[in-house]
Amino acid sequence: MSVQTPPHPAGLAPAPAPFLDVRDLRVHFPTEDGLVRSVDGVSFTLEKGRTLGIVGESGSGKSVTSLALLGLHKGTRAQVSGEIRLEGRDLVALPEAEMRALRGRTVSMIFQDPLSALHPFFTVGSQIAEAYRVHHKVSKKEARDRAVEMLKRVGIPQPERRAGDYPHQFSGGMRQRAMIAMSLVCDPALLIADEPTTALDVTVQAQILDLIGDLQEEFGSAVVIITHDLGVVSDVADDILVMYGGRRIEYGSTRDVLKNPQHPYTWGLLRSMPHLTGDVGERLDPIPGSPPSLIHLPGGCAFHPRCAYKGWVPDGRCTRERPELRLLSGSARHLAACHLTDEAKQEIRGGTGPDDHAATARTAR
Amino acid sequence: MTAPDEAVTAPNAAVTAPDESEQAVSTTQPATGRPTDRTTDRTTDRPAGESLLQVRGLQKHFALRQGIVFQRRIGAVRAVDGIDFSVGPGESLGLVGESGCGKSTTGRLITRLLEPTGGSVVFDGEDITHRPPARMREARRNLQMIFQDPYSSLNPRHTVGTIIETPMRLNGINPPQGHRKRVQELLETVGLSPEHYNRYPDEFSGGQRQRIGIARALALRPKLIVADEPVSALDVSIQAQVVNLLQDLQREFGIAFVFIAHDLAVVRHFSERVAVMYLGKIVEIAGRESLYTRPRHPYTHALLSAVPEADPDATERRERIRLAGDVPSPIDPPSGCRFRTRCWKAKDRCATEEPPLARVAGSPAGHLTACHFPEEPTVAARGEDIVLDPALG
Ligand SMILES: Nc1ncnc2c1ncn2[C@@H]1O[C@H](COP(=O)(O)OP(=O)(O)O)[C@@H](O)[C@H]1O
Ligand SMILES: Nc1ncnc2c1ncn2[C@@H]1O[C@H](COP(=O)(O)OP(=O)(O)O)[C@@H](O)[C@H]1O
Ligand code: SF4
Ligand SMILES: [Mg+2]
Ligand SMILES: [Mg+2]
Repeated sequence: MSVQTPPHPAGLAPAPAPFLDVRDLRVHFPTEDGLVRSVDGVSFTLEKGRTLGIVGESGSGKSVTSLALLGLHKGTRAQVSGEIRLEGRDLVALPEAEMRALRGRTVSMIFQDPLSALHPFFTVGSQIAEAYRVHHKVSKKEARDRAVEMLKRVGIPQPERRAGDYPHQFSGGMRQRAMIAMSLVCDPALLIADEPTTALDVTVQAQILDLIGDLQEEFGSAVVIITHDLGVVSDVADDILVMYGGRRIEYGSTRDVLKNPQHPYTWGLLRSMPHLTGDVGERLDPIPGSPPSLIHLPGGCAFHPRCAYKGWVPDGRCTRERPELRLLSGSARHLAACHLTDEAKQEIRGGTGPDDHAATARTAR
Repeated sequence: MTAPDEAVTAPNAAVTAPDESEQAVSTTQPATGRPTDRTTDRTTDRPAGESLLQVRGLQKHFALRQGIVFQRRIGAVRAVDGIDFSVGPGESLGLVGESGCGKSTTGRLITRLLEPTGGSVVFDGEDITHRPPARMREARRNLQMIFQDPYSSLNPRHTVGTIIETPMRLNGINPPQGHRKRVQELLETVGLSPEHYNRYPDEFSGGQRQRIGIARALALRPKLIVADEPVSALDVSIQAQVVNLLQDLQREFGIAFVFIAHDLAVVRHFSERVAVMYLGKIVEIAGRESLYTRPRHPYTHALLSAVPEADPDATERRERIRLAGDVPSPIDPPSGCRFRTRCWKAKDRCATEEPPLARVAGSPAGHLTACHFPEEPTVAARGEDIVLDPALG
């Protein structure tokens, strides 16, 4: 019934087990209206020191995926299946007690809203110190020194003094830094950042993204960054996973996905937003309609109701048959789930060079 | 502890009384700027010709008070502090800058939802700066606003029909085809269905609600719409639908726009001219081509260089500037040039003398920059990055 594709295309030499290996992850929520398939067969791998960007419109299952990586669906009504192998250990099968020992230490998270992670009644410094003491047998003094050091590391001016401030005394950008300090205080091997800059101004966003990159380089962490902003992933990610309706629809290196996108949905995401150097005379090309219901996902290709190119595929296959993730010919690891043939895509994109998505924008109307 | 003086959320809500204590400091010139000679090309932002909207030395200071019974004034938030610009008929002016720089306050001053502390607003040839609400009717018809939040700007207890009709009724407009028919036409204009007339706002998605807000603004056939972050709350694909709609309306009905957004690419796409604000001031204003490819103010450079682009090659071609920390408080802004505390070019003069918004050598007419030491007119990558943030290498 379900289509399953290995995270790695066949035919590659057997590599050592990846640091993070997610296989066929499913997170379903039984509700009164029916079963919500928020994540439905997602697979990816990630090595230490590398960054994966997960993108998609709101409601595509990005946050539910990130909560699964942290084991935060345990003990809820969510039905989780598949594997999340971290250094060989499967987190899906791990009991909550053991997961709790990993959380904050081996796997850590940066949220969109720092106020949800920082308690209003405790000083910023004491919260970071506490996050450290949970996992390390150190004195209060040592933990506090560590907290101040982390605040300094993330660029909080006068860290000694600011450690005694409460979260509301920090500006938005500083709170985000404080939360990053808290997430990184135990040198996590895997850092998950869910829309870490969505609420911030571009100047602060740039600071925060640079900071995450610098700290990652220093500590060698693996980072999963979740965002709806293709600009942000372009800046920081090595690989991109595009999600639609809880599933992968395109997956590959950042350069491949952005310069040579293979799925009409990815084309749509790229074309619907204006670019800083784009042609202003050109109309934006929105993706029509809105994201699908995760209870009644459209049959065939889940994107077909919004897709302008299903007519290029013979026999109405798009509405009947779910496209498998296929390897782009000539590529080692660029996958997309679409029935269009490579030739059809070439033609749609006007036969111009394969790495010009602007050409797609011009000809695809 | 502190009480905001004014909070107005609905487009047709009454304007609260002006804060008398603020009127005392009212001037028609920028507080610290030199009197500027408007007859020369050096300080005009638009080529001569008819202006629909003219804003001069506009200020809004929100009093900060302390105490519960006897409120003492302890200072003022200088939200907008002496800005000048104009908008021609059918033209779109974009307003960008970090949050808190005064964009929304500017929009509310123009539409007279807020009472200015100083300066003047001339709309369609009439000075509406201190016009009382009762006498705003005529101008308000021609001057509408669209808000960012499609959830809170529509009254949930009113049907879509009532929401769109109300401004017409308030303004005594009786369309020949009748109110209901006119509303249904408007719904079609903005891409909704006439059957939506009897529905309530919470039955609609974010993008659809924004369309309802747009239909309401269009109901009076305004000459100018102030759109405050009209697409910021929407998903990218829906953003594009709404931007296209606004652009169609602008072209079809010749409506002028003040388009406020923090997304620089969206502003560039929508607006022929763009003003960059920082701490209550306009620091640079120019035609979009000139502003985005040949910016002169260091702050504009910093803003543009921070925009992440969905193109792995673009990052390498463009300059990289990382500012330190946050914007200073508008209660006690830095002396001289307000950007100097985050500027890599600042010298002594920047602390003592406020740079006027004027044309600098090497800029085309209409491109004005408020800086003593303007940057080179290019956004190409520099030899070295400018990184002021202590946490970044
Ligand atoms: N606890 C839950 N119960 C039922 N549905 C849920 C729950 N959590 C998330 N969902 C649904 O799962 C879908 C995906 O949500 P999410 O992962 O938050 O999307 P994204 O982060 O991509 O915007 C949404 O339709 C959401 O309503
Ligand atoms: N009603 C008010 N009372 C006091 N301060 C206000 C009020 N409205 C806005 N401000 C302040 O004025 C400044 C400018 O705000 P605003 O115009 O909303 O900025 P922007 O829209 O650019 O984000 C901010 O410092 C803000 O806190
Ligand atoms: S499979 Fe068909 S409907 Fe789906 S994206 Fe490809 S062309 Fe469009
Ligand atoms: Mg989310
Ligand atoms: Mg605002």
